[in-house]
Amino acid sequence: MKRNAYITMGALTAVALVLVACGGAATVEVEVTRVVEVTSAAPAATSQVQVQVQVVTPGERMQTIKDRGNLICGVHGTFQGFGYVEADGSYTGFDVEFCKAWAAAIFGDATKVEYRSLTAKERFTALQTGEVDVLSRNSTWTLTRDVDLALTFGPTTFYDGQAMMVRKDLPATEETTLKDLEGANICVQTGTTTELNLTDQMKAAGAEYTPVVFEDNDAAFAAYDEGRCDAITSDRSQLATLRVAKMKNPDDHVILSVVMSKEPLAPAVLQGDDRLADVVHWTVYGMIQAEELGITSQNVDSFLTSADPVVKRLLGVEGEMGAKLGLSNDFIYQVIKQVGNYGEAYDRNLGPDTPYQLARGQNDLWTNGGLMYAPPIR
Amino acid sequence: MAAPAAPSLLRTAIPLWRDLRVLRVFSQVVFVVVVVLVGARLYANMRANLERQGLVTGYDFLGNPASFDIGERLIPYAASDTYGRAFLVGVLNTVMVSIIGIALATVAGVVMGVARLSPNWLIRQIAAAYVLLIRNTPLLLQLFFWYFGVVIQLPKVKQSIALLGSLFLNQRGLYLPWPVPTETFDGWKPYLMAALIASFALWLALNLIQKRLDRPLPAWWGLGYLLVPAGIAALGWALAPNAPLAVDFPVLKGLNFKGGLRVTPELFALLTGLVIYTGAFIAEVVRAGIQAVSKSQTEAARALGLKPMQILRLVIFPQALRVIIPPLTSQYLNLAKNSTLAVAIGYPDLYSVSGTIFNQTGKAVEVVTIIMGSYLVVSLTTSLLMNIYNKRMALVER
Repeated sequence: MKRNAYITMGALTAVALVLVACGGAATVEVEVTRVVEVTSAAPAATSQVQVQVQVVTPGERMQTIKDRGNLICGVHGTFQGFGYVEADGSYTGFDVEFCKAWAAAIFGDATKVEYRSLTAKERFTALQTGEVDVLSRNSTWTLTRDVDLALTFGPTTFYDGQAMMVRKDLPATEETTLKDLEGANICVQTGTTTELNLTDQMKAAGAEYTPVVFEDNDAAFAAYDEGRCDAITSDRSQLATLRVAKMKNPDDHVILSVVMSKEPLAPAVLQGDDRLADVVHWTVYGMIQAEELGITSQNVDSFLTSADPVVKRLLGVEGEMGAKLGLSNDFIYQVIKQVGNYGEAYDRNLGPDTPYQLARGQNDLWTNGGLMYAPPIR
Repeated sequence: MAAPAAPSLLRTAIPLWRDLRVLRVFSQVVFVVVVVLVGARLYANMRANLERQGLVTGYDFLGNPASFDIGERLIPYAASDTYGRAFLVGVLNTVMVSIIGIALATVAGVVMGVARLSPNWLIRQIAAAYVLLIRNTPLLLQLFFWYFGVVIQLPKVKQSIALLGSLFLNQRGLYLPWPVPTETFDGWKPYLMAALIASFALWLALNLIQKRLDRPLPAWWGLGYLLVPAGIAALGWALAPNAPLAVDFPVLKGLNFKGGLRVTPELFALLTGLVIYTGAFIAEVVRAGIQAVSKSQTEAARALGLKPMQILRLVIFPQALRVIIPPLTSQYLNLAKNSTLAVAIGYPDLYSVSGTIFNQTGKAVEVVTIIMGSYLVVSLTTSLLMNIYNKRMALVER
């Protein structure tokens, strides 16, 4: 009896594995036969072109969201400054501001958002399974994620870069290099591009090290703070905010000036949700454009009477910009009025009045030497 | 219709829908069909979803370079190795934790289980408190306690505790001097083989002698197991031009100790947590097993003049084992599966490594099947071995 049980279980496992393996080459193939007329000296030929087309309905997700009456936004739950659940259950943070902005754009009401806090590992699966409509959870935009995970990334909302934090008594200063960390134990969170960059950068620097990999960022920071690791690596934004929020004595630590990677943090939607992707893009661009024009949540009403056609189009006084996206024409007005422009969202969560005091740096407007630049809304 | 004239036993037999033999087979067929249908439905659903998203399934990615580092490994591994090898590193780490954990948990469990029945009040109460406390708190919490509360609260590297001169303990781990093979090691190998064979031959010989004499041999004869192979190995060592093994001492170099053998805080905390947690369950299993042996057995053994240790070893335990082994197997399986909690305290077991691979490749279905497959193999192997052992221990009925 027992032996039979083993055989049965073994066989079932084998079958399961084989089934998955067989699925190897399956893709949705829709053969589209298109007649292409070729005008040339050669005998007029009709060539058949086979095109692989994915079955998508670009507006389906948008319709679902409108029918549902709120936007489900995947965010970080424990990252002060970016996505954080406050004691009263409300969500705050820079990434959260964009969820509100999209809700304001779609429904004219920034409160129509349902948040889901996601771990680094869960986030893309949550998007793929349709558990969330849009992901705004400090996720780095990479080719692999864009293609393999079948996502469409929005515009970069925060230009970040991986950095390394060490104890000052190592001894270390901002100028300490990765080479100086020879033989170090380095704490790192799993499920991020951070792990890969660490490997690459330490290899390039020719320094041996031992990674200590944690599932949870809090555990990684706690272990570092207790002295288990010589250094901790993460995005500069995370190190800067968590140093203030989590470390026993923030002044004992220094963030090295070395930049280990480019980390453009961007929102993402599922590939195929093209209408939603458009809204995600143009809402963010609208917020950047508003900052460039000096339009804030305070003074937006006074701009409604502006004679400047750029302002008029932006705020929906003139033109059909919103209608083209399937939204009301004043959608950016609603976003600015209820959430604010890009700079306001930044300052409210990360700026000089917050404990983190992150300088705008690359995240300043292009007119101020930063990288924030919106394509024309016209 | 059956002929009414001769109501044979067969003819008046129960109708098909009430025939127990038919029903038995039928219900099993129905069950299998339902399981297969549900499985097929789930599988089709998964495939449809994957297709809708344009995701391609397959295990080809295992051959791609992993390009991430793993802190602890039993086999050589570098970031340029494949995902497949990274999986293997994780599997071996899990297997190592399971084997060491099972061995130590058994010792802890047996000691505590026996202690719970000790005639000594204090020992009995300590064992009872241990079982009560450990069994009723979550393992994850205990792991956090051992890791964040105990192990990494040890002194910093610069203030390491030095034991016996060359043994260092700090929050980065325990560093031990460790022998490493030198160039003459290969020449020494035959002697090691000979030593192994000699000790096996000795075991056979002693067994034979004991059977002939039909009484226990003096205990000190057992020393032979140690002395004979050690002698052979020492002879080989003396004949080698220079020592086949050299001791590698840990020394503080730069930020950390280098050289020697390092037991990392993560491994130590994980093992401590798993052993103490599982030990408490095993203690209860052992206690139940011992109590299942009738009290008159002890009395009879005492009447024969056996000493308390002999009673336990020769009379109680062999009988208790029959009750102990089946539930013990479940505890072993629990330990192996609980080792996945390693991910919370930074030990790179299979689950942790798979998590990284999953995040990098996005191959959710494939990675999950590999994880499931690996744990299934580990668990089935464990229970297979335990069942073989159980069969050997079971009451031989004639």
